[in-house]
Amino acid sequence: MPLGLLKYGRGDDYPYERQPDLPGPTELKDHYDVVIIGGGGHGVATAYYLAKHHGITNVAVLEKAYLGGGNTARNTAVIRSNYLTPEGVRFYSASVKLFEGLANEFDFNIMYSQRGQLTLAHTDATVRAFRQRAEVNRHFGGRTELIDRKSIAELVPCLNLDPAELPVLAGLWHKDGATARHDAVAWGYARGATQRGVELHQLTEVTGINQAAGRVTGVTTNRGTVGCHTVIQAVAGHSAILARKAGFELPLVAYPLQAMVTLPVKPFLNPLVSSSALHCYVQQTGRGEIVIGGGSDPYPLYSSRASLPLKESLIASAVDMFPFLSEMRLLRQWAGITDMTTDYSPIMGVSPLENYYLDAGWGTWGFKATPICGQTMAQLVASGGQVPELIQPFALERFDRFQQVNEMGATAASH
Amino acid sequence: MSPRRLDAPYGQLIDRDSPVEFEFDGELIRGYRGDSVVSALLGEDRWLISRSFKYHRPRGPLSLAGHDANTLVQTPRAPNQLAEDLDAQDQEIVSGQNFLGSLRADRYALLDRLGRFLPVGFYYRAFFKPRGIWRYWEAFIRKTAGLGVANLRVKPRYSDKQYLFCDVAVVGAGPAGISAALTAAAGGAEVLLIDENPYTGGALTYHRFGLEDVTREHMLAQLRSSLAAAANIRVLSGATCNAWFSDHYLPVFQGERLLKVRANTCILATGSSEQPVVFRNNDVPGIVLCSALERLLLHHGVCPEGPAVVLAGNDDAYLTALTAIDAGLTLAAVVDMRPATDNPALAAALAERGVTCYFNATVYEAHEDASGLRLGSVDVYNIETAGQVGALTARIECQLLAMSAGLMPAYQLACHGGAKLEYVDEKAAFALTQLPEGMLLAGGVNSIHTLEAVCADGRNAGRQALRALSRPADDDEAVECALRVNHPWPIFKHPRGREFVDFDEDLQVKDIINSARLGYRDIQLVKRYSTVGMGPSQGRHSALTTARLIAQATDRTVSETGVTTARPPVKPEPLGLLAGRRFHPVRKTPLDSRHRALGAHMIPAGSWRRPAFYGKPSQRTACIAAEAQAVRTGVGIIDVSTLGGIDLRGPDAAEFLNRIYTYGFLKQPVGKTRYAVLTSEQGVVVDDGVAARLADEHFYVTATTTGVDRVYRDMLRWNAQWRLSVDIAQVTSAYSAVNVAGPRSRDVLESAGCDLDLSAEAFPYLACREACVGGIPVRIMRVGFVGELGYELHVPSLMAQSLWDRLLSAGAAFDIKPFGVETQRLLRLEKGHIIVGQDTDGMSHPGEVGLEWAISRKKPFFVGRRSVEILMAQPLKRQLVGFSLSVHAPQPKEGHLVIRSGDIVGNVTSCEVSATLNQIVGLAYVHPDDALPGCDITIRTDDAVCVQATVVALPFYDPQNERQAL
Ligand SMILES: Cc1cc2nc3c(=O)[nH]c(=O)nc-3n(C[C@H](O)[C@H](O)[C@H](O)COP(=O)(O)OP(=O)(O)OC[C@H]3O[C@@H](n4cnc5c(N)ncnc54)[C@H](O)[C@@H]3O)c2cc1C
Repeated sequence: MPLGLLKYGRGDDYPYERQPDLPGPTELKDHYDVVIIGGGGHGVATAYYLAKHHGITNVAVLEKAYLGGGNTARNTAVIRSNYLTPEGVRFYSASVKLFEGLANEFDFNIMYSQRGQLTLAHTDATVRAFRQRAEVNRHFGGRTELIDRKSIAELVPCLNLDPAELPVLAGLWHKDGATARHDAVAWGYARGATQRGVELHQLTEVTGINQAAGRVTGVTTNRGTVGCHTVIQAVAGHSAILARKAGFELPLVAYPLQAMVTLPVKPFLNPLVSSSALHCYVQQTGRGEIVIGGGSDPYPLYSSRASLPLKESLIASAVDMFPFLSEMRLLRQWAGITDMTTDYSPIMGVSPLENYYLDAGWGTWGFKATPICGQTMAQLVASGGQVPELIQPFALERFDRFQQVNEMGATAASH
Repeated sequence: MSPRRLDAPYGQLIDRDSPVEFEFDGELIRGYRGDSVVSALLGEDRWLISRSFKYHRPRGPLSLAGHDANTLVQTPRAPNQLAEDLDAQDQEIVSGQNFLGSLRADRYALLDRLGRFLPVGFYYRAFFKPRGIWRYWEAFIRKTAGLGVANLRVKPRYSDKQYLFCDVAVVGAGPAGISAALTAAAGGAEVLLIDENPYTGGALTYHRFGLEDVTREHMLAQLRSSLAAAANIRVLSGATCNAWFSDHYLPVFQGERLLKVRANTCILATGSSEQPVVFRNNDVPGIVLCSALERLLLHHGVCPEGPAVVLAGNDDAYLTALTAIDAGLTLAAVVDMRPATDNPALAAALAERGVTCYFNATVYEAHEDASGLRLGSVDVYNIETAGQVGALTARIECQLLAMSAGLMPAYQLACHGGAKLEYVDEKAAFALTQLPEGMLLAGGVNSIHTLEAVCADGRNAGRQALRALSRPADDDEAVECALRVNHPWPIFKHPRGREFVDFDEDLQVKDIINSARLGYRDIQLVKRYSTVGMGPSQGRHSALTTARLIAQATDRTVSETGVTTARPPVKPEPLGLLAGRRFHPVRKTPLDSRHRALGAHMIPAGSWRRPAFYGKPSQRTACIAAEAQAVRTGVGIIDVSTLGGIDLRGPDAAEFLNRIYTYGFLKQPVGKTRYAVLTSEQGVVVDDGVAARLADEHFYVTATTTGVDRVYRDMLRWNAQWRLSVDIAQVTSAYSAVNVAGPRSRDVLESAGCDLDLSAEAFPYLACREACVGGIPVRIMRVGFVGELGYELHVPSLMAQSLWDRLLSAGAAFDIKPFGVETQRLLRLEKGHIIVGQDTDGMSHPGEVGLEWAISRKKPFFVGRRSVEILMAQPLKRQLVGFSLSVHAPQPKEGHLVIRSGDIVGNVTSCEVSATLNQIVGLAYVHPDDALPGCDITIRTDDAVCVQATVVALPFYDPQNERQAL
């Protein structure tokens, strides 16, 4: 029993002298230095670093529903940096580094668990691509290697190496792969930000972006209008819709992405396992549930409804990989709306409006980037628009310049 | 056998003539056919069935309907099974789960003692200091979490799937559902009546709806006989409709089958879930819902040990009390949380039977008996104000407590469809609103509870369904239900806690309130922080209490507070049934049996299987070398049937190709082939092939094995916009093809009886012809992928085997050797031909991979042209080149990086040892400054060993192209 818990034994009620993690509702002020639209992980992380690193605390995070209730609440929390492009690997590696120290920084356990991630290759084309990813990762100090069937069997003895007429040929073993309690990440950032003076306004939807002379002057919400000096949009699945309200288009298409979870069982699976050919990944949470996920739905839709065909095909793949899962029970199925770019990389940085910044295009892979997004977006705002080097490759204008950062192969099946 | 079983009419579901037995936790349990594991256990007076998730408290049944997680057990095959849903007759061995030691003496039960140090969300508060320590705590916490143990060795059982269609799907075969089904069927609709129980009748099978029980039996008999007589109703019993998906798509689990029902209209008659009262130790085994006691008596004929106490929040609980007394159970008292009954006759009836009733009172605390595993007594206190008690009134010895705090509509399916739950303050109950189109409610789920009204409501739903189907229907009846079923505040916080709101997750009143105090005020955040409602019963018994507690704690109305989103499925569902039987389509070319007979080593290529080479995998290098040698010096033959084939016919066929592919096709002569490169709208090379012009208005185009489906789809999509006069057909399977290559290939064709003048003049390189080989019609193209004189013969698939046999026997004289794809990859590499998808990636534009020549700049448009032009105008970032190094150097592998002054500049895409050239040769992306022949490049190979390679002009082999032009 850790000593930290002893104090809770003093009374049957929770010790009240502690500050709540999140303050109660307050009125909106007339003006803020910075308005952040979207109270997901990215929004509150940005607020946190603005306050912590740059002393900017006159900040409001406006969230239309509840804190971290968008994709932050729905994602399957795969954290990894084994991407393909140097730009991607550098960026996501920086995020993984930040994740490692987050619980102690927050004084709030985000249950970061570095279990390693194993991706299976079933064709020689995939083996080639995996070798390249392993090499690029190692180049930037990551721990990734290509391993053979024997090593895979040692790592995950219960895995079926010959699923679905598609024998496993090799695996990409990424030791830095991890997972964390996704909600706790948003809460930890929100707690740290609000303790430093940032305001978090839930049930506050931004319905308009007010502008004068090419600059944003404020935003209209369901609770009235607020003025501000700078705006950041961090609304994931709704990025294109919000940008349209601000008067410009983003090259994003929204697809539903589903995931599901079983009843908990005692631990038997340590690494996160995914298969490139079966479009499926399987992992066990700290509670013991088996999380099953895969690629997005095959057609664009702004709805977070779950569907039967996707459930059937995903589970069939999961059972191919781990046949004994057939006797387990599915508990819950859900979906989120993901904002997909053509190159599977995000859109970060400046927008066509002078004081309006973008954090979008997070598709199926943005949870792992939460810390580094927060940090770089805060730098961007604090510096008055100097784009940090790490996110320069992800500029919106790359689509005009034909300088995409293609991570498709490194993203499709395993977020 | 067991003294506690009652005679008929009790025990409707059991067959007293068929005893069954199974082992539970090492002891033999006897029951009857028709028993669930739980009813058999209760029949032997065993109430301890599981241990709770967090505190490892002893747990027994709560709902007896498979609607809670208190009876999760383990069988040898599977963890986490609801024992109430397990038929006793099917079991051999069942055990409890989630304990250390034994179910009775669980050493983890210590956690219950430590409970006060484990506040809600305790794991967020500790275990991470000093940094690095979490890893160790995590391992321990993971082990204590989780419920059952997965058996990693089980193989999937056989299960299948079936589609069903109906006009009206009625879910729930209680009085409301049956009435609805009868009305809809009488009006001519095809009806599917679905119920999770193995019988029809729902609550009518156990719950009396008035003082006298005869009404119930009479009504049940009548409804069942009408059902049997109805022509167009199909009844699915023991079938759980486990979700509602868009457009009334319903997954129904029945036995080992998943039925996928598509309905036109959907009537939900799913009833309601009875709600527990929240007081200290309300989870001790022996404390059940009123409906559970009724089921136990009427369905299973088990009369539990008394004395019993009924804790009432409504009049219905009195009916349970009467049922219990009639069955012979000793009733110690009825404790009513209200000042009086709504129907005075009920209180009188109990008084008549000598039962003490306490009004304005509640059970404030329950105590275990000496074993610590079963209810021993309850403390009855006066209620002063909502949730507050005064003095102890009585301590009552009892072994059983049946409680009812009210009802919650069985809202799950409706909420899957987007319906909302709204709190009706006068009734202190949630009601469903905002149903999706075509969904109707009837009976309990519609907040209607008196029997007459329930049936009328069902008939109305049937009528509305008929109208929705544009069929005539009578006018709706007036339906009224004044019955109050919900107690407004059946929640009694105790200074020492253990008043469970959520049994699945071991959450007490303070846990819920403290979540809000910590700032997790939104009901969704309460759920996420405290985990309330996240367990197997998904909030069925906790949502109402949670909403009330949070409303109070955050000063909002219960409606404003609301409940969390209900997500599919309704009940935990077996993954095996969802997966079903697996279909793994594998495509075989018509020559598959020939390859296997020749000892080919087969590998996947998309869903196809192709020979990699012929021979044992252990002799791979030697086999490939021999096959390559044969092609270079004699003749080889390869099956290329998996190549995509697309047939284009019509006056605009050439125009169409001209717009799709990068090259010019308008002036392509009949009888000629042209290389066809496809770029995406982003300017990336995505496929290639050969376009053969067979006639003025007829092209035959090949595409890559794995790319053809996409190419074909894109072609159709584009032509849907362009509307050119061209027919596009995918003929991949209709044609098979072989490539005969090598200096002796012409000889082979000639001796096989090819009726064409094969001389270089009559049939030059890149020409195509239609001809016959020994009477077999073929399309022949002179192509040179492997860099030798070669002929690609496309033949109707039915004749592929004859052609193959003919060529092999004619080729025998020339030592013809079949070769596989791996050999082909080596040969084409020597010739410097790229493979799209291997030597190109998601960013490769034509300029990077040396395909500028295949772009026609003269034509006004092709797909991707704008992007290609922009990309090619930019300075190159990398370039695909050929490289070579000594055979003695470490061989770079595909995917290895090209490094330049410490930075990554590219990667190897192809690399082979070439016996012909006595060198290692390969293709790699390199820095543009290093792209000229003669430049040195550094490749980082395995174990970070760097090797120097030299850039070489392509092709490596036969740079003057003399051999293929022979
Ligand atoms: C099923 C699923 C699985 C996933 N798995 C992974 C994974 O394993 N690993 C990974 O790295 N990523 C994963 N992702 C992606 C990841 O969840 C997202 O990229 C990430 O959470 C984005 O964070 P965010 O803070 O930008 O967005 P969100 O958490 O979605 O937050 C955006 C917020 O903006 C709010 N909002 C929207 N419009 C407005 C408005 N007009 N006014 C005010 N507020 C508004 C929304 O309510 C929302 O709360 C997954 C996504 C899904 C759906």
